[in-house]
Amino acid sequence: MYQRITKQLLYAVSLILAVLVLNFLLIQLAPGDPAEVIAGEMGGANAEVMAAIRAQYGLDKPLLTQLGLYLGHALQGDLGTSYFYNRPVVELILSRLGPTLLLVATALGFALIVGTRLGMLASRNPRGIASALVTVLSLIGYSAPVFWTGLMLVILFGATIPLFPIAGMIDVVKQGGPLVRALDIAHHLVLPALTLGLVYLAQYSRLTRASMLEVLGADYIRTARAKGVSERQVFNRHAFRNALLPVVTVAGMQFGAIISGAVLVETVFSWPGLGTLAFQSILARDYPTVLGILFFSTLIVIIANLLTDFVSRLLDPRLAGGR
Amino acid sequence: MTQPVLDIRNLKVDFMTRRGVAHVLDDVSFTVAPGELLAIVGESGCGKSMTALSVLGLVPTPPGKVVGGSILFQGRDLAQLRRSDMRKIRGGDIAMIFQEPMTSLNPVFTCGEQIAEAVRLHQNVSPGAAHARAVEMLRAVGIPEPELRANAYPHQLSGGMRQRVMIAMALSCQPRLLIADEPTTALDVTVQAQIFSLLDELRHKTGTAIVLITHDMGAVAEMADKVAVMYAGRIIEQGPADAVLDSPGHPYTRGLLASIPRVYADPDADLPEIPGIVPALTDLGRGCAFEPRCPLAINACHAAQPRHVAMSANHSAACIRLKTGEVLA
Amino acid sequence: MTAVTKTSVPAARGPMVEAWGIFRRSPSAMLGLALLAVVILMTFAGPFLYGVDPFEIVWAPLTPPGQEAAIPLGTDNLGRDILAGLIEGGSATLAVGFAAALITMLIGVMVGAYAGFYGGVVDDVLMRFTEFFQVLPPLLFAMVVVTLFQPTLVNVALAIGIVSWPQTARLTRSEFRRIRTLEYVSAMRAIGAGDSNIIWRVILPNALPPLIVSATLTIGMAILFEAGLSFLGLSDPNVMSWGLMIGSGREYLLDAWWVVTLPGAMIFLTVLGVSLVGDGLNDAFNPRLRER
Repeated sequence: MYQRITKQLLYAVSLILAVLVLNFLLIQLAPGDPAEVIAGEMGGANAEVMAAIRAQYGLDKPLLTQLGLYLGHALQGDLGTSYFYNRPVVELILSRLGPTLLLVATALGFALIVGTRLGMLASRNPRGIASALVTVLSLIGYSAPVFWTGLMLVILFGATIPLFPIAGMIDVVKQGGPLVRALDIAHHLVLPALTLGLVYLAQYSRLTRASMLEVLGADYIRTARAKGVSERQVFNRHAFRNALLPVVTVAGMQFGAIISGAVLVETVFSWPGLGTLAFQSILARDYPTVLGILFFSTLIVIIANLLTDFVSRLLDPRLAGGR
Repeated sequence: MTQPVLDIRNLKVDFMTRRGVAHVLDDVSFTVAPGELLAIVGESGCGKSMTALSVLGLVPTPPGKVVGGSILFQGRDLAQLRRSDMRKIRGGDIAMIFQEPMTSLNPVFTCGEQIAEAVRLHQNVSPGAAHARAVEMLRAVGIPEPELRANAYPHQLSGGMRQRVMIAMALSCQPRLLIADEPTTALDVTVQAQIFSLLDELRHKTGTAIVLITHDMGAVAEMADKVAVMYAGRIIEQGPADAVLDSPGHPYTRGLLASIPRVYADPDADLPEIPGIVPALTDLGRGCAFEPRCPLAINACHAAQPRHVAMSANHSAACIRLKTGEVLA
Repeated sequence: MTAVTKTSVPAARGPMVEAWGIFRRSPSAMLGLALLAVVILMTFAGPFLYGVDPFEIVWAPLTPPGQEAAIPLGTDNLGRDILAGLIEGGSATLAVGFAAALITMLIGVMVGAYAGFYGGVVDDVLMRFTEFFQVLPPLLFAMVVVTLFQPTLVNVALAIGIVSWPQTARLTRSEFRRIRTLEYVSAMRAIGAGDSNIIWRVILPNALPPLIVSATLTIGMAILFEAGLSFLGLSDPNVMSWGLMIGSGREYLLDAWWVVTLPGAMIFLTVLGVSLVGDGLNDAFNPRLRER
């Protein structure tokens, strides 16, 4: 048990180191002087700053020494300074992490809960309305660019039915206590979370339906029926937990894609998270920030994978036993 | 004669397939008395398992449908029961164990949970009492350290152990009738013998009637009181086990019996003595379904479905050559 | 050696013909094919039939569709012809989509084939490598690559390929692991066929059906990806593409719905066509699953 956890953590750490090495390589491989990359083309690239950077990262030293210095800085929580924002990158990113996590968690929760329910409903009757809905939803969810879906919702709710705010996270004009603030954020969250969630809702409902149909043909379902379990319980108790496994696995594997979708959705709705930061930093050629975001979002994916693994083991005793 | 536990009369089940209607069960009739063991034998696809599923009302619908006949269980027609009443009987008065112990238990629940669930579905007891009952049943089917095994997940047990868990689950509510659908096919030969003797022992202890579906003629010879031989959805011979085994009437039964010595040598071999294959149920002719493979077939076999001919008390076979006495030669 | 290979491999043509038979009878798959045909026709024949330069300013900015007969779908914020943009933008989007899918398949099949065929240490190393690429958020990584190395069409296609191959590698690996244990592969080994011969001439042809489905779906994914990058302003600004049109038009969204809606609809219909074809192929190669 502990051995397995240690092993997994070691593996996660090795992935994190690999991402840092990748970041380093990207800086080296990029055309032009690495110091310029680190400074950012639009940052105050004056001679003084450049000299400071060269000294800090040992850019005149051999490549391996440079790598060592870079890793050393990174492991001390120093991912460089954004010369565009004039702030340490880590600090900048941490200030934007919350909104992104809120958006991703809400969208994912919505997609998982509604998607699996819908998929189960559809599996009851492969030719029914719910099944048709799942098919249509999954085609739209797969085929429509997520930013376009978002923009269409903006047209719908910004112009036609102004029910939900279409930009930002907080209404600056509104005054009030924490509850008012929370409600305000929730109100702003509706459209971005819906946009991002719909893509995955479509996938999870389709996956749940397929997985339910397969599980319902399993021998142990026949056993459950033979011992007098009601149809309802056959669905909710015996089939669902088994059918959920592939959904959880896929959800875990897709975490990187979800973060990517969040970048686009945040840009559409001006949600003040990592995605908008990434967008702005790229426009500003603020490379330290961009690379920092790449690092942090990979970190999120790694942590999410560890969590998924944990949940899978909870759901499936065959995995828990190891081997 | 005592009232039979199970009395099936003229049962007909159809399946709608792409190639047309298949008469999966056609005019199937038999009875099982309390404590009696009826063996249903025949090749794969002859309707043995479908008979079992019909009794429990588990015929997959669609594409299947019970289109005729009655299934009397302790005098009540199961085919007419409401769903909720049927559910009370399933696992309560009639229990079933299946062919594949490896896949017949739900992988995400412990063995104890699955037995306790069966108990709680049919008896008004506390979770604790149900668990105690599960442990007791595991002990009764000869599982060592039942307290420990009750908390084990199916994947942690061997195939033979899992089948014992299935039997424990099936017997946990003291059913009047146990249907065992090829309970040993997937197991090692030594384990097969253990499972069979366990079933036999439990039957004598509890008085539960058993319908044993098998193609292990050795086990039939050892345990069965009565035998029904099925071919292409019909019972083509039935009678007391001794009578059927000692003086089989139908050429098909004879073919099956010829395979007895081989069963232990190669359990996978499917009756090499009878050439040909079971015909597709969608394109049966008017005549005897076995005719294409029958060494004794004559022109008249094409003409009509052969009727059962009585050979002795309770022993009959459906073969027209029987009537003329030629088969007995 | 070649002659031996040809006779020992189970014929691949039979199933393909059968699959086409099933494919042809599926209305949704044929709809997908029709959608794709329309898009491709519009992209390649369009410029000859409607010779308007998509970068040229032809009318007042933000003219709605249907107002001027000469500009049926209106103009964007700079007064450029939307219809011309839709026609011209398709080729960049499709070209990047196909090229990226090709790169994805090349890397993915290569890595997956070796990992699945050799197993052991090779498999371990290649799979660790694959897993590493799988934890990188694809769009962010592509954004970084494109920003650092200039957003030319080639770089965009490369970036998409680099972030998309792990899935293909995993699929290829599992197919290879399955097939390498089959009898005809052992038979080939027994008669002394070399590894690369077995990998590319024996196993690969038999692993093709799921790979073809995956390649189709990869094209759809790559098109969406390209659209996302150009929406963020990370595509070649000198080449018209649907994503670029959306990206530059989004500020005028509430005043001029058509500027964003129309190119988005083109992307949607194209990817819809691709995914319908992909689903159809999947059903055609796995007829058993359809009966469920």
